[in-house]
Amino acid sequence: MRMLMTALLASSLFAQAPSASAPAGNAPNGRKLFENFGCYQCHGREAQGGLGTGPRLGPKPIPFTALQRYVRQPTGQMPPYTAKVVSDQDLADIYAFLEAVKQPPPVKDIPLLNR
Amino acid sequence: MSNSEKASVGRRSFLKGTVGGAAALVAASHPAPAQQEQAVRSATAAVVTEERDPSPSVEVLTADRPGSDFMVDVFKALGFEYIFANPGSSFRGLHESVVNYGGNKSPEFITCCHEESSVAMAHGYAKIEGKPALVLAHGTVGLQHASMAIYNAYVDRAPVYTMIGNTVDAATRRPGVEWAHSVQDAAVLVRDFTKWDDMPVSLQHFAESAVRAYKIATTPPTMPVLLVADGDLQETPMRAGERPHIPKITLASPPQGDSGAVAEAARLLVVAENPVIVADRCARTPAGLKLLVELAETLGAPVVNQYSRMNFPSAHRLNQTERSRTLIGGADVILGLEVWDFWGTVNNFRDQLHRTSRPITKAGAKLISISTTDLNTKSNYQDFQRFSDLDVSMAADAEATLPALIEACRRLVTDQRKRAFEERARKLAEAQQAAHQRMLTEASYAWDASPISTARMAMEVWVQVKDKDWSLVSNNAWAQRLWTFDKHYQYIGGSGGAGVGYGAPAALGAAVANKKYGRLSVNIQNDGDLMYAPGVLWTSAHHGIPLLTVMHNNRAYHQEVMHLQRMANRHQRGITTAEIGTTIKNPNIDYAAMARSMGVHGEGPITDPNDLGPALKRALEAVSRGEPALVDVVTQPR
Repeated sequence: MRMLMTALLASSLFAQAPSASAPAGNAPNGRKLFENFGCYQCHGREAQGGLGTGPRLGPKPIPFTALQRYVRQPTGQMPPYTAKVVSDQDLADIYAFLEAVKQPPPVKDIPLLNR
Repeated sequence: MSNSEKASVGRRSFLKGTVGGAAALVAASHPAPAQQEQAVRSATAAVVTEERDPSPSVEVLTADRPGSDFMVDVFKALGFEYIFANPGSSFRGLHESVVNYGGNKSPEFITCCHEESSVAMAHGYAKIEGKPALVLAHGTVGLQHASMAIYNAYVDRAPVYTMIGNTVDAATRRPGVEWAHSVQDAAVLVRDFTKWDDMPVSLQHFAESAVRAYKIATTPPTMPVLLVADGDLQETPMRAGERPHIPKITLASPPQGDSGAVAEAARLLVVAENPVIVADRCARTPAGLKLLVELAETLGAPVVNQYSRMNFPSAHRLNQTERSRTLIGGADVILGLEVWDFWGTVNNFRDQLHRTSRPITKAGAKLISISTTDLNTKSNYQDFQRFSDLDVSMAADAEATLPALIEACRRLVTDQRKRAFEERARKLAEAQQAAHQRMLTEASYAWDASPISTARMAMEVWVQVKDKDWSLVSNNAWAQRLWTFDKHYQYIGGSGGAGVGYGAPAALGAAVANKKYGRLSVNIQNDGDLMYAPGVLWTSAHHGIPLLTVMHNNRAYHQEVMHLQRMANRHQRGITTAEIGTTIKNPNIDYAAMARSMGVHGEGPITDPNDLGPALKRALEAVSRGEPALVDVVTQPR
């Protein structure tokens, strides 16, 4: 539960700000990398976040530079992804995937969340 | 020969008599060593011949009152409803007495497929029923299987009562396997994580130790106990007229906090501007839940539920679990009620190459602990967690201390403080509503995804069970956040020791307890956990235990996937290989087919979220007929 709270706190930091200028990326390849590099393990296969593991990353990810800085030198629990194992272009592709994640329907339009 | 005379000649006395006779034969002739060896062989041969061709006038082959019948009398006196066991020859006497002499009622024998499952079932049963069930197991191989589940119960402070068979007297053991299944000190294997054990050598000793073990197990801190039922003691007939006394069972009152410490805690709580109540293993009984509501409302104080027990109603305006970090960070007084890890509650720990930590509380915050952990801490296994800086520490049972604490607080609350508490509670209620809306928004992401999101799965189940008398007999984070819990039996907490293989049998044990109340037991089941001992599915079908199992099937030991990824990233290599040795794929397991093969209604695998509702409905129809059912849902990782 404590981890969950941490994740929720972080989620509000991660997926709120509008995306700033990001290098061109390939979203379909970014989805593959998101899986292969294990990002999905903590953040979910749709980047929706995981309870107690990692915050939601998309849609509307934080600016690319902030994401890149955190991935390289995380200040929380996330393990580092250095440039030795994930290139800047890989990150750009992942970022393109995060930007492409569709916004879910509003809560009011999901009957199961209104009972 | 009369029945009483027949009963007075047991296996032990018959064999001792014949061997003694052989020894006398040897002693009378004073032979040389070589001759002596030959004589012993001849004497042994004579015994063997006698056993193969007994004389009807000497040999007694039946008995009417084995010691195990009396042991069953003790079981009934203790009020055991169930025995969870995988059969074993070291307790064959007890087993036979349970099913025949005892009529297989109170206790009823529940056939388990693994001793780890037997203990975990008793663990789950105790969480619902509030009292122990009995586990029977072999003293050696059975206890070795059972040991991890006993450790879980120990860490979870659950009263699990295990009895093991053993044959102490080497002279009466059957050659071969019975030797491999016998042990000098059977309980030593689990002594580090049981509260008490004994090896009675007479039936009177058995009765007293059995009652003592029950009392010790159920006195907070409640914990597992172990009793050895000697094989000869089980099978040897009672002497004519032998009537051992079963002691009166008077359970001990739980220990209450010292009155001075209670008064000091109350003073700190009443003057605090931002108190927080953290509850972990607080509510042992339904009364604990009501008392915690009373305390929180008396103070207008927020409650953070750490979910080892059903401590506090989820929709109560003072339930601020979602805001835990913020509230603890801003607190001036934190009251911990049976908090397992107080240090971890008030510190942030970072699992990087260099492990670091820092307090999250503000300077000067006062920490109050009421916990039975201080009454029973052992040295070897390190479940006691890091030492915490406390200002008031009561070695006492939190639930038992709450009435005195509530009363002490009420005596100190002035009208002015009461108005301040009401205003605080109003603000907390607003914050809770906002947190709930954020939570619903988080749940909406990946709502239509495949694999199915865990939030969607939780809500698909909720909508179908919410109007029934349900009991969630497992852990599930989204259910904890989105369902409305207000009854003690609606949630049973976790395993305690985090030993995998607890979930499925504990859920079934809880379902056994829920059955007589007509409750709908719901188990959201991790796939890796089920694969430790899937035989529980057969047990559920064989005994007709209604239970809805919904597979949280992420096809991995997912915690370990993340740990391996962490190591790979730290070492800057192989970041794409974290699934080697950590996933349960290739082939994917068809859990619905597995369930059906063991007589359980099976649905799935479900990969389209739109198919989940109808599958759950069909499964619930089976459960409503008194059957177990399983729905395999292929899910997102968490």
